[in-house]
Amino acid sequence: MRSIVNKRVLAGVSLSAVAALTLTACGGDKIESTDAADSGDCSTFTIAINPWVGYEANAAVIAHVAETELGCKVVKKDLKEEIAWQGFGTGQVDAIVENWGHDDLKKKYIEDQQTAVNAGSTGVEGVIGWYVPPWMAEEYPDITDWNNLNKYASLFETTESGGKGQLLDGDPSFVTNDEALVKNLGLDYQVVYAGSEPALIQAFRQAEEKKEPVLGYFYDPQWFLSEIELVKVDLPEYQEGCDADPEKVACDYPVYDLDKIVSKSFADANGPAYQLVDNFNWSNEDQNLVARYIAQDNMSPEEAAEKWVEANQDKVEAWLPQS
Amino acid sequence: MATTTMTGSSTRTTPRRRITKPLAVVGLLALWLVAWTLLRGQDMLELPRATLTDLHHWLNDVNDSVGASRNSNPLFLYFFNEIRAVMDALVTFVQGLIAQPAYGRPVPVLGWLGVVALVSYASWAFGNWRVALLAAGGFTLFGLQGLWQESMDTLALTLVAVFVSLLFGIPLGILAGVSDRFHRLITPVLDLMQTMPTFVYLAPLTLVFLIGPASATIATLIYAMPPAIRITAHGIRSVPAPPVEATDSFGATRRQRLTKALLPLSKRTIVLGVNQTIMAALAMVTVAALIDAPGLGKTVIKALQTTDVGTAFNAGVAIVVMAIVLDRVTTAASIRAEQGGGEANPRIRRLLLAGFGLVAAVCSYLSYTYLWASEFPEGGQLGEYLSQGATTVTTWAQHNLADLTAAVKDGVTIALLNPLEALLAESPWWLMGAVIVLLAALIGNLRAAAVAAVCVGLLVGSGLWNASMVTLAMTLVATLLVVTLGVVIGVWMGRSSRADRVIRPVLDAGQTMPAFVYLIPVVALFSVSRFSAIVAGVVYAAPVAIKLVADGVRAIPESTVEAATAAGSNTWQTITKVQLPMARQSLLLATNQGLIYVLSMVVIGGLVGAGALGYEVVAGFSQGQLYGKGLAAGVAIVVLGIMLDRIARAAAQRSDRAPSANQT
Repeated sequence: MRSIVNKRVLAGVSLSAVAALTLTACGGDKIESTDAADSGDCSTFTIAINPWVGYEANAAVIAHVAETELGCKVVKKDLKEEIAWQGFGTGQVDAIVENWGHDDLKKKYIEDQQTAVNAGSTGVEGVIGWYVPPWMAEEYPDITDWNNLNKYASLFETTESGGKGQLLDGDPSFVTNDEALVKNLGLDYQVVYAGSEPALIQAFRQAEEKKEPVLGYFYDPQWFLSEIELVKVDLPEYQEGCDADPEKVACDYPVYDLDKIVSKSFADANGPAYQLVDNFNWSNEDQNLVARYIAQDNMSPEEAAEKWVEANQDKVEAWLPQS
Repeated sequence: MATTTMTGSSTRTTPRRRITKPLAVVGLLALWLVAWTLLRGQDMLELPRATLTDLHHWLNDVNDSVGASRNSNPLFLYFFNEIRAVMDALVTFVQGLIAQPAYGRPVPVLGWLGVVALVSYASWAFGNWRVALLAAGGFTLFGLQGLWQESMDTLALTLVAVFVSLLFGIPLGILAGVSDRFHRLITPVLDLMQTMPTFVYLAPLTLVFLIGPASATIATLIYAMPPAIRITAHGIRSVPAPPVEATDSFGATRRQRLTKALLPLSKRTIVLGVNQTIMAALAMVTVAALIDAPGLGKTVIKALQTTDVGTAFNAGVAIVVMAIVLDRVTTAASIRAEQGGGEANPRIRRLLLAGFGLVAAVCSYLSYTYLWASEFPEGGQLGEYLSQGATTVTTWAQHNLADLTAAVKDGVTIALLNPLEALLAESPWWLMGAVIVLLAALIGNLRAAAVAAVCVGLLVGSGLWNASMVTLAMTLVATLLVVTLGVVIGVWMGRSSRADRVIRPVLDAGQTMPAFVYLIPVVALFSVSRFSAIVAGVVYAAPVAIKLVADGVRAIPESTVEAATAAGSNTWQTITKVQLPMARQSLLLATNQGLIYVLSMVVIGGLVGAGALGYEVVAGFSQGQLYGKGLAAGVAIVVLGIMLDRIARAAAQRSDRAPSANQT
């Protein structure tokens, strides 16, 4: 019996709730339907967003300019590099706005399939190398010369490195010659694969905090370097062609000119969005600033881009299509 | 799938084998150790990171040629493209209903008020009051966390994936339920779908179904459909014979037999299959975000890029809450399906159904018309509190616990993991392979040994034998930890319902919290290491084992335990002499499931320093020229899983038969 009574009460309550809701509703703002806005001669522009903050900085600024200055409808797709390149052929991606080398993909999609074309440099230089936390460079000043690495190998020993020094590698998306380098330079080290960028960053962060030794693969520009300024270890200097045979590499990584890749059809159409991507060019400092807004000041990429664009109108002017 | 035909012969020989078996196993292990000390380091089949075998090159070529033919191949033009169009349309439709602006409106058709009202109403109508309240609370929480739209995107994708999974899964399950041949045929396919790491097929999926909701949904349903098929088949197969025979005796046709007897009697199990399908679909949320699937997964992945543990945790909580709500609602629905709601008066229930239906309809109308009921009101600070809380806890743990956790890591690695890995990976491959096959024959049966031999062959053929053995060592250590936790906490929960109530939600969270959320904390505590990978596996696998053991202990008749207590057993004796032996079946199942769950985390382990197969899979996903090797590594994980599963099952079957053989 009790349950029936309860349910009657509840039924009453619910009916009065309906009444109350209907009454309170009358004051609210109604939803207006929106007319599809006409977007001028720039229609939809699809940027792939590769998963690192520096890339996001480039993309956010380009997207912001495309939306505010050119009236484009920008679609951002979160994709890893390989899948983004695939998207050129299927017409689902218009532009990749920070590309690190990837000679294999260039050969496949630009030369063989001819679905992509190069749209020039972003003006940002990419450096890959081996880094130690700043406290180590201070305590052992000569550690930044590779010739001395063997002297310190025992410092870097961990449970994972099988009695040798540990050289920590990160996200497998990045090109690495580290196993060959260790072998060819005769280093008493073992490459251990962290497997992801967050794991690598966490390892460096903790090493600096607790003054523990760590030697790892890292790259610049990267927002983390403005949190902790890692120090690069000098490997034998890069010479043109010294990395031709991946098995025999015994030199440092080249400096990468980070470039932009766009789909062939996007380039051929030569619309305003393509011209913007083609003209886009800034510096490491510019990108680091926007990346810091995003990663450390917790701004959304859109807010970060807006802030930078407002302060750098002159640079933006130069990217706009000349018509 | 061992058949029952072998029972006769082995029953006869069992007593003799039981005496010699442990001796034989010990003898085998001793021989192995001796051979290992002599031959250590020979024929290890190590393959350097950047080196590919012919098989890997060939797989790369296949992948490339598929991509190159996509605009001309009729299979694409008339089949895959059509599937893609249907999937895209379905997802876009549901997104337009609850998640994304659509139909010329700046907001979705249904706003938050409508969704909360409808979900609560459905939870009440199919379940009960309590789950309706839980659903209302859970869904409101998404809004308060500041994640309303992301949650609805995730829900939309999950709903479509689950819908399609059931659309195909339930008929296939029924077929597998009534046809033994089909059941045998589909079981290995389901094994493959459930254990093949998603990373392996994400890139090919985007090649076939393009970047977009279709690929994300298909990636999800590959993983989510097997439970629907398996559990439906299981439900049909476990319908007791008498009612079916009764239907037959009335001269029912096959169709009537199915619709009048088999389906109604397995209804509850089938609803449980729905439940497991939903859970599996939610487990894919973060991984699918890697190919641009909208929703909470993206929030987690983005937060990871800036190592923002707090934001990732906030989104992770939303996924956990969604899983718990959907789990409890479908469980309640399965109970109602079996027992009815227990209402005293059906007339009142009808009235209430109509009344609350009206409330839900009014709320939906309001959320369609008014802005306040459509967009969740801003200013919910809960999300920020959650993420700050998570960040604070992580930082605290990293400062105060890291020394302790590092000691644990070093201890387990040096005492357990390193020796085991040395034994497995540094034995010559032929020695190790022979040990596996002989062990399968000794503790299992000849059939298991044959499967093991094929698996060893496949692992060698994959070119990744050494990496497989390194992964196997980690898997065994993780499983050992999982089973230990399963027994300790499971027995505790089985004996105390208060402990059960407190711990169970924590276990649910462990199972549904995306691993990407705790990657950074795990690395902070255990550094980049194989042990970190083991910890990630244990976090995911232990809940299943604990729950299974707890249920097994609870299922023991109370009178048995009381009798033991009356006979003067103390608590320890009751547990070790009565409860654990009687829950043996559950322990075996917990071990088996723990192992499979640990294996499914191998790839996540690759992101925190496990190396070996997990890393190869991740690398194959990231680098085109390593694709073939990554695929081979994925297959190696599947093969390891099938091998261990079949050996464990054969061993379990055999030890089941042993006591009964003695009785007869």
